[in-house]
Amino acid sequence: MFVISSEGNTAMKIKTLGRHVREGIKNIGRNGWMTLAAIVSVMVTLLVLGVFLLLALNVNHIADNIEQDVEIRATVELEANESDIETLRNQLAAVSGIAQIEFVPSEQGVEEFLASLGEDARYFEELKEDHEFLPDMFVIQTKNPQDTPDIAQQIEQLDSVGKVNYGGETTETLFSVTNTVRNIGIIFIIGLAFTAMLLIANTIKVTINARKTEIEIMKLVGASNSFVRWPFFIEGLVLGVVGALIPALILIFGYDQLLRSVSETIRLPFFQLLPMYPLAFQISFVLIGIGAFIGIWGSIISIHRFLRV
Amino acid sequence: MPMIRMRGVYKTYANGVHALKNVSVDIEPGEFVYVVGPSGAGKTTFIKLMYSEERPSKGEVHVNSINLSDLKNRDKPKLRRSLGVVFQDFKLLPRLTAFENVAFAMEVTEKPKREIKKRVMEVLDLVRLKQKARSYPHELSGGEQQRISIARALVNKPGLVIADEPTGNLDPDTSWGIMELFETINHLGTTIVMATHNKDIVNNMKKRVIAMEHGEIVRDQLRGEYGYED
Repeated sequence: MFVISSEGNTAMKIKTLGRHVREGIKNIGRNGWMTLAAIVSVMVTLLVLGVFLLLALNVNHIADNIEQDVEIRATVELEANESDIETLRNQLAAVSGIAQIEFVPSEQGVEEFLASLGEDARYFEELKEDHEFLPDMFVIQTKNPQDTPDIAQQIEQLDSVGKVNYGGETTETLFSVTNTVRNIGIIFIIGLAFTAMLLIANTIKVTINARKTEIEIMKLVGASNSFVRWPFFIEGLVLGVVGALIPALILIFGYDQLLRSVSETIRLPFFQLLPMYPLAFQISFVLIGIGAFIGIWGSIISIHRFLRV
Repeated sequence: MPMIRMRGVYKTYANGVHALKNVSVDIEPGEFVYVVGPSGAGKTTFIKLMYSEERPSKGEVHVNSINLSDLKNRDKPKLRRSLGVVFQDFKLLPRLTAFENVAFAMEVTEKPKREIKKRVMEVLDLVRLKQKARSYPHELSGGEQQRISIARALVNKPGLVIADEPTGNLDPDTSWGIMELFETINHLGTTIVMATHNKDIVNNMKKRVIAMEHGEIVRDQLRGEYGYED
């Protein structure tokens, strides 16, 4: 898209590249306030983008956790014997999209239930003899939680299966909520990334507009387009990367603090934030990538129209 | 082939102004030519055609044996390195020192650093501003800035230097200094084409004078005079 070719002469000498790099870095100093404005605008927009990226990734992660807790409970009919149960297990294993099948015999189910009651369990001791209260059952987890309703329907058709329960409408509502949250997150991030690009490109454009005359002079004394372009290319790159490094550092330290305080105060099984690694690297990588891209893109696009002298 | 040859050159701008009409001229190596005429006569367009800031609408322009009528954008740098241009407003890069400004015109040719340094000091010496090498343009007087821009025009040892009203922003005394400098450069063998409004200088120098009016050459004299009242 943006070809940095060496026009009108043979391949650029390495020494000349060195000159362009030096010149590009020098320009950052020479432009003082303009450079500062551009770096700050990259910093602020990428910081906001980074915060929302972290937020969206964590909301997604929490939604995943909540969805992972959805499971199908299929009771076995009371009259089924052991070989029926074994057949059913095999049939279940053949259903596609199932991640895990666990058989919970009636006794174990009741014990787990009683254990969950704690002290009050003693009032329900007689349930241990009552197979109708809590029959044998299969607890099934699907590979993709969103497939749960479909798979539950398939399981219902199998022989020896009594009732199938997966939370029904509650689960479907949960899925629609988590899906909405994810989509809003994605739209928000894309919108924000786009705004960031425009804002930063605009700042860079203003800084380069101020140098329109310079570019024209360079062309008039015989500089080729690539000779003019290279230092701007380097300048944009450095500007974008420096502008991204600072928000990346702020986000990493801030997120570290957040993780510490959350782990001390909120203890909900599904409320697990994403761990520091590899998230910290991913975020830094994304921000620096965007910064570098926007820096280069902004400067190359902006000088393009001044080169026609 | 002369250094500059124009044949039947017309230039019409996008806004409909006919800046040049049927201009034909030959300028030989080593000549010193003044281009005179009232404002709007087409002097600047005539000059701009020579370093390809403008393209002729019709006709042929050859400079240093390069045909500018169909010169591609990517070939313009080569032309501009083969000649020097001096502007009324100096056109120095404001963020570079005097030395760096002169060096820039040579850096674009990708010459070795040591050679650039040596040659830049040479031309700064020629314009007698060696001691201001580290100064920035805003720290220099108008005359000094113009000397730096002349040094820049000379750094690549061009056979041709083109100047568009080089003394237009300078007081009479300073203008004389600049003119003497051009005289020296011409004596060293460089062809000079200069558009000017400076009557005294033209009348005193007795060089070739090309007078333009309404986009046409109306007079072309060896050892000519300015010929207009101020």
